[in-house]
Amino acid sequence: MKLNPAQKTIVKAAITAVAMFAFVFWVMVPLYNVLCKVTGLNGKTDPEPYTSVPAAVDESRLITVQFLATNNKGMNWDFKPSVHQVKIHPGEIGSLSFYVRNPSDKDMVGQAIPSVSPFEATDFLHKTECFCFTSQPLEARGEKTMPLKIIVDQDLPKHIKKLTLSYTLFDITALDKRNGNKKRTAGL
Amino acid sequence: MSEHHHGPAKGLMRWVLTTNHKDIGSLYLWFSFAMFLLGGAMAMVIRAELFQPGLQIVQPEFFNQMTTMHGLIMVFGAVMPAFVGLANWMIPMMIGAPDMALPRMNNWSFWILPFAFALLVSTLFMEGGGPNFGWTFYAPLSTDYGPPSTTFFIFAVHMMGISSIMGAINVIATILNLRAPGMTLMKMPLFVWTWLVTAYLLIAVMPVLAGAVTMMLMDIHFGTSFFNAGGGGDPVLFQHVFWFFGHPEVYIMILPAFGIVSAIIPAFARKPLFGYTSMVYAVASIAFLSFIVWAHHMFTVGIPLVGEVFFMYATMLIAVPTGVKVFNWVATMFKGSLTFETPMLFAVAFVVLFTIGGFSGLMLSIAPADFQYHDTYFVVAHFHYVLVPGAIFAIFAGVYYWLPKWTGHMYDTALSKVHFWMSFIGMNLTFFPMHFVGLAGMPRRIPDYNMQFADFNMISSVGGFMFGVTQLLFLFIVIKCVRTGDKAEAKPWEGAHGLEWMVPSPAPYHTFSTPPEVK
Repeated sequence: MKLNPAQKTIVKAAITAVAMFAFVFWVMVPLYNVLCKVTGLNGKTDPEPYTSVPAAVDESRLITVQFLATNNKGMNWDFKPSVHQVKIHPGEIGSLSFYVRNPSDKDMVGQAIPSVSPFEATDFLHKTECFCFTSQPLEARGEKTMPLKIIVDQDLPKHIKKLTLSYTLFDITALDKRNGNKKRTAGL
Repeated sequence: MSEHHHGPAKGLMRWVLTTNHKDIGSLYLWFSFAMFLLGGAMAMVIRAELFQPGLQIVQPEFFNQMTTMHGLIMVFGAVMPAFVGLANWMIPMMIGAPDMALPRMNNWSFWILPFAFALLVSTLFMEGGGPNFGWTFYAPLSTDYGPPSTTFFIFAVHMMGISSIMGAINVIATILNLRAPGMTLMKMPLFVWTWLVTAYLLIAVMPVLAGAVTMMLMDIHFGTSFFNAGGGGDPVLFQHVFWFFGHPEVYIMILPAFGIVSAIIPAFARKPLFGYTSMVYAVASIAFLSFIVWAHHMFTVGIPLVGEVFFMYATMLIAVPTGVKVFNWVATMFKGSLTFETPMLFAVAFVVLFTIGGFSGLMLSIAPADFQYHDTYFVVAHFHYVLVPGAIFAIFAGVYYWLPKWTGHMYDTALSKVHFWMSFIGMNLTFFPMHFVGLAGMPRRIPDYNMQFADFNMISSVGGFMFGVTQLLFLFIVIKCVRTGDKAEAKPWEGAHGLEWMVPSPAPYHTFSTPPEVK
């Protein structure tokens, strides 16, 4: 089929419009996630457990790591860390736990989303064990203690002396039902 | 050939079935004016509530719906369709084409709009009310916490997007393929140039908006988590996608205005436009820069220092091509034989007031200072200064400039000057005090405010009512001009140039069936 010049213009313009729509889903979203991962933007931490590499503990400095537990709107669980802060050397493992209780009389599923501040430290706070890697089902009136193990990287920039690791707990009961308990890592 | 010379069909079906660019241009212009009055009525509700501190007239929930709908209707229903209407009317006549390249699609892109806006406005009467999350509909406000009617809002935005994209494709096809022999790209009037660039912006970013609302739709109904942190998504992603659309969108609303003003100022200064070539390159540069500055709307969400610095300087860079344009307009007027007919009054007011809006934009672009200005009335003052005396004054200027060509009558010039002065004073009274309350910290989108802001808000409200009522005078002037008035000549302005003035007034139903020769 031979197109006249006007038809060629129209086809090109229409293809551009469709391509831009696709660009949002298949370029902007993945690109944003890659950028966040590379820069630690928004304090998004790695969704997979960290395998520790053998390296000397840097005893020359002590880093304060603070813990925050927040409920997202509509989430009614009790949620709190066992300690509010630890002081550890880079390379040393810090262990603590978070306590959750479901006060409602229905079975629910929660998902904790971590965030590190300041965000330039995001890539230097590793979690070898975390309840945030998976969703957390909890039966009605149930309670549990969820362990967390962290390591502050030896390469943490010198000027950072205090980190905050905050968790926001989301109620994903409805999402979880709909998606058949699939592991929720979409977009991470 | 005889079929090319028949007049319009009779009766109402003429308007439903028409494929004539002039009919469709008129439909767009009337529709946008109706939306202007509707969005304006909502602004009156906002200003009435803010007349005094405390809650008087409406509940906060309804106030939020008013601010949201006012923004959506003015952006997508009033300003954009008005420019498309002017493009439909004027582009074929300016480039010597018989019609738009795709007349049937033209009809379709218009007739989608009334349905899109009927759908959008109907949400106000649904359970839970209409959209209440601001015209920027940030997630999760619009996803997790939006009213049930959000789905209808999403479909309305989809329809507006389809209409805009079709309109833009039509404009591009017309300009690139239907120019009269001899009309090279660098001989095109600037209104045509600015619309060509605008059309490219539209096909580049309206699909991005469609993508953003589609993701919202999927998050709300299909269990995805694009913007839901609980499912691994990120609400900040929404802001990036939205403003990647949103910043070019603000240039979509101002570039055609630049084109109109660039036609009017030379006509009433009786001098050719100063720096035509630099005007074209300035428009192209502004369009390019609009794609790399979106995060200046998000300085406070927490982006890296390099990001803040990059977006700050990139934003400031836009002042350079914009400054070139303002310089050229002033240079065109310099030592010209100026007369101040109504189109010129609006055009001069455009240059002065748009520049004020540009300067407050520069203030906002300074990342560290933006933390103070963010989400205050200073932002409201800024974007109303670029949109009201920017986009809307340019539309008024264009209408007053070409109305004799459209109707064949000269309008009531005395009344039109009253319209100008009332709009000018009303608009400044409304928006200038907002700079002060904004700098003092009054937040936007809140129905109540601290006592300290009371006097300035009362002044703003009085100005707002004045500006609002004055627009009914505009309606009267236009209707009067359509029905009666002194016979307008083919070229009613002695300094005007361009192919559109070669056809008689009123412009015949079909013009340039044989292309004119352009030297």
